[in-house]
Amino acid sequence: MSTLVEAKELTRFFDMGRDQRVHAVEKVSLTIGEKEIVGLVGESGSGKSTFGKTLLGLHDKTSGDVVYRGEVLPSKYSPADFQRLAAKMQMIFQDPYSSLNPRMTVGEIIGEGLRLHSAASIESVKEQVAEWLRKVGLQPDHMSRYPHEFSGGQRQRIGIARALILEPEFVVCDEPISALDVSVQAQVINLLGELKERMGLTLLFIAHDLSMVRYVSDRMAVMYLGSLVELGKADEVYFDPQHPYTEILVGSNPEPDPNLERSRPSTAIQGEIPSPVNVPAGCRFANRCPKAMDVCRNTTPELIALEDADRLVACHLYS
Amino acid sequence: MSADGKKLNADAPLLEVENLHVEFDTYGGTVEAVRGVDITVEQGQTLAIVGESGCGKSVTVQSIMGLIPMPPGRITAGSARLRGHEVLGRNRIDGKEIRGREIGMIFQDPMTSLNPTMSIGAQIAEPLQVHRGYSATDAFAEAVRLLEMSKIPEAAKRARQYPFEFSGGMLQRAMIAMAISCKPSILIADEPTTALDVTIQAQILDLMQALQKETGMAIILITHDLGVVARMADEVAVMYAGRVVEHGSADDVFYRSAHPYTVGLKEAMPTNDPALQHELKPIEGSPPDLFAPPRGCGYCARCPHAMQVCDVQPPSDHFLHDHHFSRCWLHHEQAPIKPETIYFKDAKA
Repeated sequence: MSTLVEAKELTRFFDMGRDQRVHAVEKVSLTIGEKEIVGLVGESGSGKSTFGKTLLGLHDKTSGDVVYRGEVLPSKYSPADFQRLAAKMQMIFQDPYSSLNPRMTVGEIIGEGLRLHSAASIESVKEQVAEWLRKVGLQPDHMSRYPHEFSGGQRQRIGIARALILEPEFVVCDEPISALDVSVQAQVINLLGELKERMGLTLLFIAHDLSMVRYVSDRMAVMYLGSLVELGKADEVYFDPQHPYTEILVGSNPEPDPNLERSRPSTAIQGEIPSPVNVPAGCRFANRCPKAMDVCRNTTPELIALEDADRLVACHLYS
Repeated sequence: MSADGKKLNADAPLLEVENLHVEFDTYGGTVEAVRGVDITVEQGQTLAIVGESGCGKSVTVQSIMGLIPMPPGRITAGSARLRGHEVLGRNRIDGKEIRGREIGMIFQDPMTSLNPTMSIGAQIAEPLQVHRGYSATDAFAEAVRLLEMSKIPEAAKRARQYPFEFSGGMLQRAMIAMAISCKPSILIADEPTTALDVTIQAQILDLMQALQKETGMAIILITHDLGVVARMADEVAVMYAGRVVEHGSADDVFYRSAHPYTVGLKEAMPTNDPALQHELKPIEGSPPDLFAPPRGCGYCARCPHAMQVCDVQPPSDHFLHDHHFSRCWLHHEQAPIKPETIYFKDAKA
């Protein structure tokens, strides 16, 4: 599998006034192969969304590079860069309520990309919008309606159609289902899966629902406080977590199975994710980690490959 | 339930809701949000009410708490009895206030449910002063103790802080401390962990279980997350379109599901049990419009097993055994397919 997108020590800090720096994403390296689905999980505040947006150039890079098909992308996009790359890389947003302009019709929202990025005539834009509405399970005559006339699941389909109408190669899905009901989540996931097969998409699937990420993804990446702590095949990471944080995350994920829930011990950890402002040296998980050693508090662990190169873990237990 | 007639107070369940109907007047017409809900809650037990947004689960518990704004809301029929005493339309039973004293409640979004201009300690102390006549100093001292019980570190210092100084998980702990301050017999938790991360969710669920063991209170847990249900519930009520469609013990509902909607919900979720791998099967369509609720079964339009009768007549309760019922025409003796055939075939008993 050839690499499509590669993040090399990608870093994004936010300055908040005097000596205050939010280390949202720090030195995250991740390669995403062609037609692969990589799931990205972590608690809120772990930097998942910032990573996704920085990857697409929606945030400027503080340092590090994004390599797309061998081309190093600029660290700050100019309008021309957006114009050139938007047709290849797209994003599906988390909140289907705030990410659609309430003053535009659905046809205008979905067709906007085509109008800006292709020389298509008004008629052909209309035709393609109608086709995409059908593809995502809506009706072509929905084109003239406004977003408020649709339910959450339908809006998420509109967001998907908007992202995919330019036939991008790489799509970042930022929590595409977390605002939806269970029965509708499955509809959206199956739709994404179908379109992925048909169009040969590569996806970065950001979510906090571990079961769903395991179901959807080929590989799973786990982030904690801005750094990548574990990466491997989705099933292996889920069923055999190596990093203590992944273990706790998987153990905290309740399963719809009463017998299993009654029999397994609680893995709730004390404390909460600390503030990413001015992060101290050492492993970022050290102060909550049940297995922390002295070295963890002083030295930042590197991401190292375990026995097979498929699994990367950033933890001193393995060095 | 009404099947065996009126029971005596002595062996009546802690809370018994019967045939509850709630409507709301809106500009678009009247919404029949709850259309005949029956639930029972026993002492020390956890009842989970599961369902999608708009199925009426929150309205059901808000009616019990007297939190339905009237107008536009209206309770058109039904009763809710706490230890045999009617609570609908009343503020107190046996001389005790229901809200805050007999029943405590925690909400989904702790950020907007607390008063931003009052210190956490003062907010927890307030119900103690109102309901139990504590002096301000005693109430504050008790608030600190309750915060300690809810595992908030440095409780004495934290009690003097304001909501903006707390994280989401900490605020939810403070809300729990407030809800249990008057030792209620029932704690209602309306999506208590939906806004929280899984790790914090695990902490909050552990805390609720520990407090239940300590105080013997019953918990009504409203959620849409079947994982949380499996972890917490003794009894489960599955709601759809304003009605309870299945009610039973957690094992009955999960392993011997008797309603197509319950089966549909389970099949729409990924499982992590390698023995139960299946493709995600979404429930097509969306819930019915409760401005004009369907005449028959509410799930009829989305049900893969719908028959003609489902469209015209609502199904009645079918008891699989004493504590497990399902409202589905498939249980009728003339139904062409047996409901057993729609269960998970490889379900573990």
